[in-house]
Amino acid sequence: MTATEPEVAGSPLSLDQYIPLLGAEIEELKALAKPLAGREVRMVNSTRVGGGVAEILNRVVPLLEELGMRPGWEVIAGDKDFFEVTKAFHNALHGAPVQLPPNAFDIFRSYNEFNRSRIRLDSEFVVIHDPQPAGLIDGRADKSGHWVWRCHIDLSKPSEEVWNFLEPWVARYDASIFSSPAFARQLPIPQYLFYPSIDPLSDKNRPLDPVYVRSVVERFGIDPERPILTQISRFDRLKDPVGVVRAYRIVKRYFDCQLVLAGGSADDDPEGAEVLKETKQEAGDDPDIHLLELPAASPLEVNALQTASTVVIQKSLREGFGLTVAEALWKKRPVVASAVGGIPVQVIHKQTGLLAHSVEGTAYQIRYLLSHPEIAARLGEQGHAHVREQFLITGNVKRYITLFLLMLNS
Amino acid sequence: MAAPGFQFVTAAYMIRINNQRANTLNELRTGLSQASDGSVFYHTFQSLGRHHFLTEGFSNDFAQWVLTGLNRPQLAERVGGLDIRDYLSLAELRNDLYRVVGEYCDSHPREADMSAFEPFYFCESSEITSPIGPPVTTLGEFVQILEGLSHASLDYHFLISRLRLQLKTNDFSAWLENSMGRQDLARKINRIDIYTNTLDTARDQMIRMIDIGAKQ
Repeated sequence: MTATEPEVAGSPLSLDQYIPLLGAEIEELKALAKPLAGREVRMVNSTRVGGGVAEILNRVVPLLEELGMRPGWEVIAGDKDFFEVTKAFHNALHGAPVQLPPNAFDIFRSYNEFNRSRIRLDSEFVVIHDPQPAGLIDGRADKSGHWVWRCHIDLSKPSEEVWNFLEPWVARYDASIFSSPAFARQLPIPQYLFYPSIDPLSDKNRPLDPVYVRSVVERFGIDPERPILTQISRFDRLKDPVGVVRAYRIVKRYFDCQLVLAGGSADDDPEGAEVLKETKQEAGDDPDIHLLELPAASPLEVNALQTASTVVIQKSLREGFGLTVAEALWKKRPVVASAVGGIPVQVIHKQTGLLAHSVEGTAYQIRYLLSHPEIAARLGEQGHAHVREQFLITGNVKRYITLFLLMLNS
Repeated sequence: MAAPGFQFVTAAYMIRINNQRANTLNELRTGLSQASDGSVFYHTFQSLGRHHFLTEGFSNDFAQWVLTGLNRPQLAERVGGLDIRDYLSLAELRNDLYRVVGEYCDSHPREADMSAFEPFYFCESSEITSPIGPPVTTLGEFVQILEGLSHASLDYHFLISRLRLQLKTNDFSAWLENSMGRQDLARKINRIDIYTNTLDTARDQMIRMIDIGAKQ
């Protein structure tokens, strides 16, 4: 058998290519979007590659264009000092104890001011993603356009210091969007619920030839004949890779399994190398633990690893949403995940996966699934149906269309 | 004069997260008395459509939270047992939800103040609709569109319509009865159990019923 490298999707996908998966939903989406034809929307975030937000925007922007809107996507510029501040903000807003860099607030303000001068902000709809560019609202002229703050992170227990700094900007938007009701704050503006999404046709999620899947697994030195436990995540403390290794060690007492921890790095995450080092120390010299540093552009490898997995883990300590969970569910993989952030929205306990609250609980749920493959298969099927209904990119586009229509009508 | 055709419609919903939340049964009771109609609608009618592919567990959000957030299966069964088909208005449904939760709180005062594992978040939704194609006027055309209809549209016509029109029926049955004179089919379709079927299996049953009905 030979493994042929699947073609990487080159040209942007068109909406019609989703029809075999989603049927009439696509025509209905086009019908809904008609009143928005020709209207301009500008998305702004902090990175073009790496991380869930960039992945979503890479698909949402062309799809909005195909639906007749005039979308644009801007990425704010910043040096290392800015991204160290925004990383600290990110962790602090997630509730982690963080020492802010010196002059953090001044650095944040100055880079937002700098970006206001270089980004066009006069579109009819402006969607600002996450805290990094939140201060761009200062560039809004005379209440013009419709401004939306899209928060992808868990704000349920934020650092008061950082949230109090950001809130005056957030409160000036026309609306905010959160990934779960639990993340919403008491704000004077409407707060809407948008689930993040995955693209079922992307290289990361489309069906792969089993021969190719096996070839990837073997290339990484993983035995395809033994159970594979996988967590796909950046090497980030909030993803708790060390906790995953500890859970694996408990499972290993009962099952001859392997652990794959695979993750890339994002432009705005300077902490990764340090966490990877800690994880390597925890893993020691166990040959069945595979720590894989994947380049940002490794969607086929990620897809293959998820597809080949017996159980997919997402043992986050804090999570905005955790798109890797939806990716695994879409591939009908049974998932064991922490009950944090947006994960319980995706993993309905005992219906679309299993939730856990600790290293021990994670290990127990993995053992349960390895002991009951028929239950694992049912959870995978129901998880797939759940993702189809709630977490596909087309649904995300539909939510933006609906929000824009409501804002126009209001 | 030809009978009025059936206009298929698709719908999209924007979910708004309200500032109201409940941590205990007593707070849920209070919340039920204060929540907007849109919120009661979202957590009952719309939760059924959102989780249509799950035929186990409870199809309204209040019941699901009572079970998973508070571990009170007895009350969860009572709350989940309220059938949206029995209601002509949200006020009636809200009254019954409030009554069932209130009775439990009164008879279990200690449990009524116990904190849940996670809060219940009250949400509500706004609707945008758009017609799909021209109206259909025959059963054949109707089935042809029904076969490929999205879940969103199916949900809108089969579940959501019950409340919108304040009917003890759904859009499909109303058209079959009022425009096509097919009371038999209308009644059968209206009796499909929406709690134990998915939208797809409900659709399959409708199509089978119409196929058989057309031959009679």
